[in-house]
Amino acid sequence: MWLLKEKTKEISGCGISGIINVRGELIPGQTIISSICCQNERGNGLGAGYAAYGIYPELKDFYALHVMAIDKTALERVDEILAHKTFITYQEPIPTRKVKTLKDTPLFKRYFVKPKFIEDLQRYCGEDDEDNYIVSLVMYINEKVDGAYVISSGKNMGVFKGVGFPSEIAEFFRIDEYKAFIWTAHNRFPTNTPGWWGGAHPFTILDWSIVHNGEISSYGTNRRYLELFGYKCTLLTDTEVVAYLLDLLIRRHGLPLQLACKALAPPFWMEIDEMEEEEKELYRAIRVVYGGAVLNGPFAILFAYNGGLVGLNDRVKLRPLVCAKRGNFYYMASEEAAIRVICQDPEKVWAPKAGEPVIVELEEGVIPNQRSYLRGRKREVEEDELRAECQFIPLQRS
Amino acid sequence: MSLELNASSYHYSEVNRIIRQAIFSGEKEIILTGVNGHRYLFAGVTSEIKAKIYGTPGLDLGCFMRGPKIEVFGNVQDGAGNTMDEGKIVVHGLGGDVIGYAMRGGKIHIYGDVGYRVGIHMKAYQDKVPVIIIGGKAGDFLGEYMAGGIIILLGMNTIYPERDIAGLFLGTGMHGGKIYIRGQIKEKYLGLGLKPYPLEKEDEKEIETLLQDYCADFQMDLNEVLKEDFIKIVPYTHRPYGKIYAY
Amino acid sequence: MPSPQFSNFYPDFQVVRLWERCIKCKRCIKECSYGVHLWDEKKKTLLAYDNKCVGCHRCEAMCPTKAIIIRRYPSDFREHGLWSPWHIKNIYKQADQGGVLLTSTGCAQPYKNYFDHLVLDACQVTNPPIDPLREPMELRTFIGPKPESIEVEWQDGNFRLKEKLPSLIQLEVPIMFAAMSYGAISLHVHQGLAKAARDLGTLYNTGEGGLHASLYEYGPNTIVQCASGRFGLHVDYLNAGVAIEIKIGQGAKPGIGGHLPGEKVTEEISKTRMIPVGSDAISPAPHHDIYSIEDLRGLIFALKEATEYKKLVFVKIAAVHNVAAIASGIVRAGADAVVIDGLRGGTGAAPTMFRDYMGIPIELAISAVDKRLREEGIRHRTSIIASGGIRNSADVVKAIALGADAVYIGTAALIAVGCTMCQRCYTGKCPWGIATNDPELIKRLPPEVAYEKIYNLVKGWALEIKEMIGAMGINSIESLKGNRDKLRAVGLTEKEMQILEVKHAGE
Repeated sequence: MWLLKEKTKEISGCGISGIINVRGELIPGQTIISSICCQNERGNGLGAGYAAYGIYPELKDFYALHVMAIDKTALERVDEILAHKTFITYQEPIPTRKVKTLKDTPLFKRYFVKPKFIEDLQRYCGEDDEDNYIVSLVMYINEKVDGAYVISSGKNMGVFKGVGFPSEIAEFFRIDEYKAFIWTAHNRFPTNTPGWWGGAHPFTILDWSIVHNGEISSYGTNRRYLELFGYKCTLLTDTEVVAYLLDLLIRRHGLPLQLACKALAPPFWMEIDEMEEEEKELYRAIRVVYGGAVLNGPFAILFAYNGGLVGLNDRVKLRPLVCAKRGNFYYMASEEAAIRVICQDPEKVWAPKAGEPVIVELEEGVIPNQRSYLRGRKREVEEDELRAECQFIPLQRS
Repeated sequence: MSLELNASSYHYSEVNRIIRQAIFSGEKEIILTGVNGHRYLFAGVTSEIKAKIYGTPGLDLGCFMRGPKIEVFGNVQDGAGNTMDEGKIVVHGLGGDVIGYAMRGGKIHIYGDVGYRVGIHMKAYQDKVPVIIIGGKAGDFLGEYMAGGIIILLGMNTIYPERDIAGLFLGTGMHGGKIYIRGQIKEKYLGLGLKPYPLEKEDEKEIETLLQDYCADFQMDLNEVLKEDFIKIVPYTHRPYGKIYAY
Repeated sequence: MPSPQFSNFYPDFQVVRLWERCIKCKRCIKECSYGVHLWDEKKKTLLAYDNKCVGCHRCEAMCPTKAIIIRRYPSDFREHGLWSPWHIKNIYKQADQGGVLLTSTGCAQPYKNYFDHLVLDACQVTNPPIDPLREPMELRTFIGPKPESIEVEWQDGNFRLKEKLPSLIQLEVPIMFAAMSYGAISLHVHQGLAKAARDLGTLYNTGEGGLHASLYEYGPNTIVQCASGRFGLHVDYLNAGVAIEIKIGQGAKPGIGGHLPGEKVTEEISKTRMIPVGSDAISPAPHHDIYSIEDLRGLIFALKEATEYKKLVFVKIAAVHNVAAIASGIVRAGADAVVIDGLRGGTGAAPTMFRDYMGIPIELAISAVDKRLREEGIRHRTSIIASGGIRNSADVVKAIALGADAVYIGTAALIAVGCTMCQRCYTGKCPWGIATNDPELIKRLPPEVAYEKIYNLVKGWALEIKEMIGAMGINSIESLKGNRDKLRAVGLTEKEMQILEVKHAGE
């Protein structure tokens, strides 16, 4: 039974690992498998997953939708919706191997699509709104189609995840056959609910992917905050909110990455009170406006996008995070050992400060559709207009 | 020094900002033309300036103000002189509803008729005695809850010859102040427990002084106004609700 | 023959004098402002009129030899499930006097208290509780409208805000002191509240009775109230605080105004309210310049114009059936904060039927209002301040988890300065010197004592709140706001849980 009927949030402890090559050179899947499997003790076989960037170079301009479905009926429903709402250039089952120890495996399929704007929406929504369109589409499928979930939806990237140990999930999804310039991986230890395939990490929206170790005590507040902006938290796990928060803050509100991280893990008031006037005003505004986005509770997260990898700790460092560098490679993981197993001789190993993001972006122009968020993003449309006009599904607030 | 401003293309907030700035830089007289529906003009202004307004000012003209003398060439909408503290509003026209609500000081002179609930909850304190003089007729609830101050109702300059001088429930709940009415009023129009009284010597002196000022504002003949007898309405008790509770 | 006064036949309380302890010092006579105790010169002994006793316990507390016990009058009516002594005695009172039953404080009927059916969460194993004694724990709260997002620009190697935030009120603790007018309570209590608010980094509220000259110095910690009576309301008053609260209604008496009887209007109160000594201060039921939501907008902006947009404007309403829709209208009318006063909100004087039977519980109202504002996408444009029946720090935590930004406390602050809940504030004879302005009685509660007690109370609550949210694994209060995950219901119906948006314990 991978579909969790009870609508309760999962709580888990975990191990995480990530690698990036800043020149956009591809890293074989075996590397990340070795790293995450080294942290086996941090999981209990109830969830593992991988995010890989750069795996679909031939279809780089299409949104790659990885869909997980409980049965054929659910999958057919997704087929139908996508046929209606998107232009599908290519679709296929995600290749898997039989793994004896994995039971009740759901169906996986990937679709490479572009939004199909219908009539009036064409007028309102320019090319720039394709992302919003895809977000709405993902929310719609996740909320409305029983037994089907879009587990990743970015371009030239994809997520592979399920219930099992990292080695089993890697075997199942043939991770060793992929090469990527960014990898993240997760090893899960859920504590109070059985693991389910949809609840494994990474969590994604568009090309944002998150692996998370920790528990977000502010989940209730964050979820309600996100609902204000049309995000539906359907995956029953706190990590999902991180993906949506990043999408909201960085992509929609145009906050620079560093400041978005500060919104999630803000400095203490006692620190803000000591700042110079201008900086103080900025941080005060971040805390006042984005109070609902604060991730409270212990966490270490790695999040990746088409262009970078970021590590972030909670503001009192209640979960471990270690970083290392060697040449064009940067490594981030829960344990130093997980880095040393794939990079025996790092130039530098360090432990980031609580609440200080470690941001590694690719060099400019090394990959297609590259995104950089260091200087923020120009806001194309006012938030209200976005909400009013560019959602093909009217916002249904429960 | 005077400021002249055509307000027609400005939002009220902008007009008020310009007014405050002008006062700050020493203007003593402000002339506003093209006023139409601009709300809250001179709200909270505490300087003794003079102002002329041409047009129809909107809600709450001169609310909370302390000092300005405003002359309006046109009608005023509802709420003029709301909770006003000192100053004067002279209206060469009609007044809307709830004129002078809770006003504590200053004067409001209206040439013509006024609407409902004028002078509600007026109060007086020490040397502050608010005055509303209405040249025309008034709607219901004139001087409701009145706790102090003076209302004079003349019933002369009216566009409603068919109506009675005041509406129903005049002075209802009154527990302070005085209402003077030129001519007579049917007793059934008065609030519960109220009775009309003839004027005493000092009352006559009081209204004469007040009306002198009023007549000067509108070039009216004081003798003409005083030709007819006035009656006076005062509270029958200072504790109209003292006995309604069971302990 | 004069008609018998039935209500005098059956006292509520009995004065029990322990004669072996009594030294006949007559202190009790001096202490009782209701004239219960008296000296029989002939018999050289003390007597007591039980039927005058209101149960304030002042004599008992002050008796130097602890010779007095105040207890419920022991004689019983025959038991009856419907006609309790309370109903019977109320009828006697009205039959005797033919008036409206009057009382004080908040609703005394034992309706279901939803706070008492909500339990809080704490961390065990999966994430660590945080100890506020040694680790940072932030209660700082901002009141006022906030933008939905911010914009920054890169300049000279730094990010800076493109547009400054609108002005907001910063609270160091999400507990403010509710509107209680000078007149309803003594100047000393006002002085204590003001000073405590300053030292705690929060706000107190003048109520509708104006602002005494001695309190202008506490402006940065003051909310001035604009009620329908407009007492003592002038430009300086409006500019004196950091916010202006338009009082539309009050939980203890939704839909009616106020009435400070002339005998309470002393010299000082007269100066503050700016009405003559001895004159009744009547607050009309409505503001007569507000008969509709667009009129409310009218007053909100009149106040903003008069204060040059430097003050936030709050609007306080009683929690009534349609509270969510009303609150939405209030926000759209431009209110910077909505104050919702629940069924159990207190008062200095209210008709008993209003106090006990009008309005809805604050817990349900908070949830409904928060939900409605969120649904309409306008939640960020205002703050929700909840009041009415907040008894302890757990109630504060629950109110915030249900969606409030901050709370007001009134009755709790008065109990902190000695109130024994005798519910006779309306008499103006409060023997504890709280709800009175009798020059002799107010001496019993000096401002320094009021300050110390109120300060201590909120300091204690603040520490408890830090402990509680720390136990939840949260180290700043914004992560509690609307966080239903931290609440579970015990013994509520499906419908109640649906309205409160909480799950049942065990789920």
